Amino acid sequence: MLNFLKIWRNEKSREIIVQIIVLIIFGWFISWLAGNVSGNFERLGKDLSFEFLFIPAGYDINQYLISYNNRDSHLRAAIVGLLNTGLVAICGIVIATIFGLFLGVLRLSKNWLANRIAYWYVEFTRNVPILLHILLWHGIIINTLPHPKQAIDIFDVSYLTNRGFYIPKPVAEAGIELFYLFTVLAIIFAILFSKYSRKRQEKTGKQFPVFWINLMVIIVFPCMALLLNNFPISFSIPELKGFNFRGGLHLSPELIALTFALAIYTAAFIAEIVRAGILAIHKGQREAAESIGLKPDRVMNLVILPQARRVIIPPLTSQYLNLTKNSSLAIAIGYMDLVATLGGISLNQTGREMETMVLVLLIYLCISLSISSLMNWYNYSVKLVDR
Amino acid sequence: MVFNKNNYAPGTHPDLPPPPGTVGVVGWFKNNLFSSLSNSILTLLSLYLLYLLIEGGLSWFVVDAVVDANDKPGCRKIADGACWAVIVKRFDQFIYGFYPLAERWRIDASFCLLFVAAAPLLYPDIKFRKYMLIFSCLYPFIAFILIKGGLFNLLMIETNLFGGAMLTLIIGVTSIACSLPLGILLALGRQSRLKLVKVISVCFIEFMRGVPLITLLFVASTMLNYFLPPGTNFNLLIRVIIMMTFFSAAYIAEVIRGGIQAIPKGQYEAADAIGLTYWQTTRFITLPQALKISIPGIVNTFIGLYKDTTLVVIIGLLDPLGIGRAALADTKWNGLSTETYLFVAVIFFVSCFAMSRYSLWLEKKLSTEHN
Repeated sequence: MLNFLKIWRNEKSREIIVQIIVLIIFGWFISWLAGNVSGNFERLGKDLSFEFLFIPAGYDINQYLISYNNRDSHLRAAIVGLLNTGLVAICGIVIATIFGLFLGVLRLSKNWLANRIAYWYVEFTRNVPILLHILLWHGIIINTLPHPKQAIDIFDVSYLTNRGFYIPKPVAEAGIELFYLFTVLAIIFAILFSKYSRKRQEKTGKQFPVFWINLMVIIVFPCMALLLNNFPISFSIPELKGFNFRGGLHLSPELIALTFALAIYTAAFIAEIVRAGILAIHKGQREAAESIGLKPDRVMNLVILPQARRVIIPPLTSQYLNLTKNSSLAIAIGYMDLVATLGGISLNQTGREMETMVLVLLIYLCISLSISSLMNWYNYSVKLVDR
Repeated sequence: MVFNKNNYAPGTHPDLPPPPGTVGVVGWFKNNLFSSLSNSILTLLSLYLLYLLIEGGLSWFVVDAVVDANDKPGCRKIADGACWAVIVKRFDQFIYGFYPLAERWRIDASFCLLFVAAAPLLYPDIKFRKYMLIFSCLYPFIAFILIKGGLFNLLMIETNLFGGAMLTLIIGVTSIACSLPLGILLALGRQSRLKLVKVISVCFIEFMRGVPLITLLFVASTMLNYFLPPGTNFNLLIRVIIMMTFFSAAYIAEVIRGGIQAIPKGQYEAADAIGLTYWQTTRFITLPQALKISIPGIVNTFIGLYKDTTLVVIIGLLDPLGIGRAALADTKWNGLSTETYLFVAVIFFVSCFAMSRYSLWLEKKLSTEHN
């Protein structure tokens, strides 16, 4: 007994004992779960197999970025779903960032009215569940927009209807390769040029108007390619044929509602992050910058933003991740994303709950973990060096 | 020259009023709305936006709205605006779900008692706090018996009759109450010196935070049975509450970890120096400070959890959103989605906004900084 007390009172050995106890309990719990799973599988005559991924899926997906029909496999259906998730996430992130920055600037504005409008917008938006946003916008598109026959006409090339939006679709023709090539070249030039001008500035103190030059190059170069090759892009314009539109690019109500709802919901959070980030910079920084005679835009670009960026980017990324995860609510309005294909119809058709759900969970986990490890790396690289 | 009219001795000149246009209403307008050209344009644009909103909104929400009608065509016959009749006719369902009419006083009673139970937790200065805390501890049992029944001659109510705002409150309050202690434990586990405890906590937290809640709810509704001994079949509502609790506990753990990491090292060294054990340090040094710092984050997580309760509609529980969708599926009300969803949105906005205001108030109250 005394011996035991002696061991227990030694910090090192106590840590080991506690860990062993934890290990035993945890191991027992895991084996209990595993035993239950194998028992249940045996009882139901099921096995754990991923072969279902390669049999024909047999269901249609109304929107696909890679070719798909119902004779393709469940695996391909899942990839189509994953790409649809990616599409919504990327569109949503771009719109949310632009809109969120705009709102954030309004929230910081000295204009009382604009400030209040932005404030109430943010409060209303973020205190309402995202699922409601999605359903509300979907309902508005489906129930209040007109039928294709009375479509809202925008300059005779785009149409808003309750079956989605129809917009012109650029079609590449022969000779488009030069355009792609020039675009890539222009981007490479822009990157090299900004590197060079930074070096030059550090050496000589002279500056180029880098942003404007790069913008010119990126716009003019590809346009030149188009002119050289007799404009190898044509537009397919939607036309009303019978009860619906033909041609053009069709954006389904689900895609629009989901993207829009995710974007405006996330924008409200981004606005607050931007505002907090800029307010987090000490007043003295701005005053010091102004007192050495920097102009307001220089104060912002050279002093405030570089410091605010450090505060803003980590929560911003987690908002991007949230948006991506929230896109899984697509299932509520029937947009075929990863959860709706693999975790929805494939699950119901094959009856393999375990395998499909494990795959879905793993895919989301991979996305999240890779983005958050990128984030950790970024945080580490911009960390203030303490002395 | 005005100033030479009287010759004041140095220091005796009376204070002159501020120049006109810098104070009062005019000054305020000038400073806040029309301080520069761009600002004036922004003001005018905002005014135009407000005008559009109010003009369109008023006619749709109020002037042309119909409150009393039996179906959608009936609404449209009277006026062209919002058809609030769908809410009015089903208002009871939005609140109580399908809970039997005669037993609804039990829901009302537990709702009122919830405030009594929550008061000593929410307002630390309240009188008789000690006695009220005893009631708070008993409240979960009282509420369970009241709502579920089966004891003291109370009729047993099946959980599939639960619905509406009451279901949201049950899921929300239970998950919030359970996830805070679990979150604290996970945060402590993640900061622990014991490698194994740390690894388990990190895995749990990262897994829960890495996947969307809806997939976890699918797990709860489709495959949780595989992990339990054959024949166990427990209630979907409880499964959902467990998953919600785990999910938000992981987020709370991260928030609290931030709070723990923000405590200066000297605090621990001081605690070690006066010979406190690990649990004493945690109880008296770490947690009081860490929890105070992380209040805004914790409340934000709670608000998020409360909003996420709407997801249960996807696995077939009838929260207000589910009731709304059921109403829309009825041919009588087909197509009134805007009205229904806006009503549910208002329910959520009111409760979430109140929570965030409370968090601001508490933050200010607990702040010991000198302002």
